[in-house]
Amino acid sequence: MGMKMRNAIRLTLSYIALVILAIGCIYPALWIVLSSLRPGKSLYSPTLIPETFTLNHYRELFTSQSFLFGTWYMNTLKIAFFSMVIGTILVLLTSYAVSRFRFKGRQNALSIILVLGMFPGFMSMIALYILLHSLDLLNTHMALIIVYSAGAPLGGTLIMKGFLDTIPRSLDEAAKMDGATNFQIFRQIILPLSKPMITYMSLTLFVGPWVDFIFARLVLRTKENWTLAVGLWDLVNSMQDSNFTLFAAASVLIALPITLLFVFLQRLLVDGMTAGASKG
Amino acid sequence: MDGKENGGSMRQHRTIAAVLSAFCMGLGQLYNRQWIKGLMMVLVGGYATYYFANNLGPAIRGMITLGEHGSRLEKVNGLTQMVPGDHSINLLIEGLITLMALAIFLIGHYANIRNAYNTGRKREEGIAPNNFRQTLNYIFEQKFAQSFLTLPATGILFFTIMPIIFMILLAFTNYSAPNNLPPAKLVDWVGFETFRNLVALKSWSHTFFGVLTWTLIWAVLATVTTYFGGVLVALLIQQKGIRFKSVWRVILIIPYAIPQLISLLVMRNMFNGQFGPINQYLGYFGLGGLPWLTDPFWAKVTVILVNMWVGIPVSMLLVMSVLTTIPKDLYEAAEVDGATGFQKFRIITLPMILFSTAPILIAQFAGNINNFNLIFLLTNGNPAVGDYQYAGATDLLVTWLYKLTLDQQRYNMASAIGIIIFLIIATFSIYNYRRTRSFKEEDMIQ
Repeated sequence: MGMKMRNAIRLTLSYIALVILAIGCIYPALWIVLSSLRPGKSLYSPTLIPETFTLNHYRELFTSQSFLFGTWYMNTLKIAFFSMVIGTILVLLTSYAVSRFRFKGRQNALSIILVLGMFPGFMSMIALYILLHSLDLLNTHMALIIVYSAGAPLGGTLIMKGFLDTIPRSLDEAAKMDGATNFQIFRQIILPLSKPMITYMSLTLFVGPWVDFIFARLVLRTKENWTLAVGLWDLVNSMQDSNFTLFAAASVLIALPITLLFVFLQRLLVDGMTAGASKG
Repeated sequence: MDGKENGGSMRQHRTIAAVLSAFCMGLGQLYNRQWIKGLMMVLVGGYATYYFANNLGPAIRGMITLGEHGSRLEKVNGLTQMVPGDHSINLLIEGLITLMALAIFLIGHYANIRNAYNTGRKREEGIAPNNFRQTLNYIFEQKFAQSFLTLPATGILFFTIMPIIFMILLAFTNYSAPNNLPPAKLVDWVGFETFRNLVALKSWSHTFFGVLTWTLIWAVLATVTTYFGGVLVALLIQQKGIRFKSVWRVILIIPYAIPQLISLLVMRNMFNGQFGPINQYLGYFGLGGLPWLTDPFWAKVTVILVNMWVGIPVSMLLVMSVLTTIPKDLYEAAEVDGATGFQKFRIITLPMILFSTAPILIAQFAGNINNFNLIFLLTNGNPAVGDYQYAGATDLLVTWLYKLTLDQQRYNMASAIGIIIFLIIATFSIYNYRRTRSFKEEDMIQ
């Protein structure tokens, strides 16, 4: 009897804890969504749920003269998409080469990748700025795509390589016996088997450009070239308190695609993360 | 190859080919009758020689002197005019790029000599040199990995390595506002002076050691709280008897799914001292509001709290995946021996979790030292501290570096700090990586 009682108490306490945690997790998201639907502009609201709902702030995002939300959305989509595709290809090439081939300097290449990843990213920003300036690429989306995708192998290679190492090498060897070229092995064996990891990698490489406001702000000089993150950052800095509800609406629209992707691809994410983790 | 060539000059091919290639890239290959390859190499080599002949001297001179004349007034045709001076920083970066290109060219040249020599030797042995198709095949099948790596390597070389070397060099110059900003003024090499100022000059060293201390305290607290928070939440969900486990899990990873850019900016508003909902709720319970973001102590508490909100879901996911790998019979054996729930946790669960996630723990620690987003978006390093040089109470080294670079233009100081951050992170990460299996010969696994 005592045992049962103790069990019931334990479960009740656990459920209470879980409910509190769940509220803590959901509340900020709920608050920002509801704020974006609230009439008025101020941060302060007497109640969580507004008395009347309005879509005006969303409308304002797309019609305002100073806020080119639609253009920025397309810019960001374009940059994030191309950076993701090129970056993923580069990561795959690098990790396939270091995972499957033994060549002189391989161990050194791995160490260099590891060490380079440890420098604070914007230590290189000034140099990149001058470099892009001399290549006449400032204020172009091309510049961002190049820099994002060139940086991708640094962050992704070790994780991807850890995953590719787990694909048995006997598969490649068998294919090689049958006369397959390296390209065929890559396309027909490695690619299909690493789908979960590729999804994980692509997602990370997509989210990076989507939310980067530091480097993008440095490179993109004119308003019509901005990305969402730069625009949001500008909004926050210029009129945060005076136009909070507009910020809320912009936040919802920026976060929504990423959040949905994460929730739908949850399983893959866990797999990807733990694969990266067991690599250490 | 025809029979006649096996005559008297037989031993000469390798020497002649190598000497020709050493003289000009590709000549040896032409001598070896690899026409297409040789011609392509001659073109590349010729262009490179022309380029370096014109640029190498000025590039090295520019790097050493960093420019000889600042912008100055000069009499041109009887009129006094402003004449633009040398741009030290452009000189430095152009010199760097030229030297890197030279290094690549020299490596290529060496490979070209060796190739000519080896092909020559093969001819002496009576083996025909590869034709162009065979060469292509050789590149894409035998040397597949190296060819595959060329593209990413070039990208990394120019967009990561070159900028990093550039920034390291900056730490040894006096490139900083207000007195040494090109194009108006020149920049000079100053050796270790920047580092000396950083640790010995009172105004800088006070800020440096203050920020460094907080960075380390922050990294420890942030890592420990999110890690053990994650363990607790994971255990809470995985308990026997809890229903709808996957529903709880989905709800609890929501913070992970929202981009940090958004969630942190939202948090900044929630913790707003005057109008934010947090203080509003505290008011309902009859409690006074707290200066979450404006008081140095409370700002530190806030960043730790918010970091838990952001970081616990990740740890939770990792711990949950470890929990599923712990063999059930371990627990059964423990139950037979009469272990209580807490004992089972202490003796089985915790060591297993710690063992498999130790590398992640260290990686997270290193990541937290550089956790730019959290501090920058949440507090921007504020509240300001009066006697700090351009830093606030919650500034980490990395956010301070950002302010010094982009707001204050103290580039040399920022570079010195960047190098120090790198040394700290590298120590932990290399130690960490050396013990993981990726670095040991992974051929052992398969």
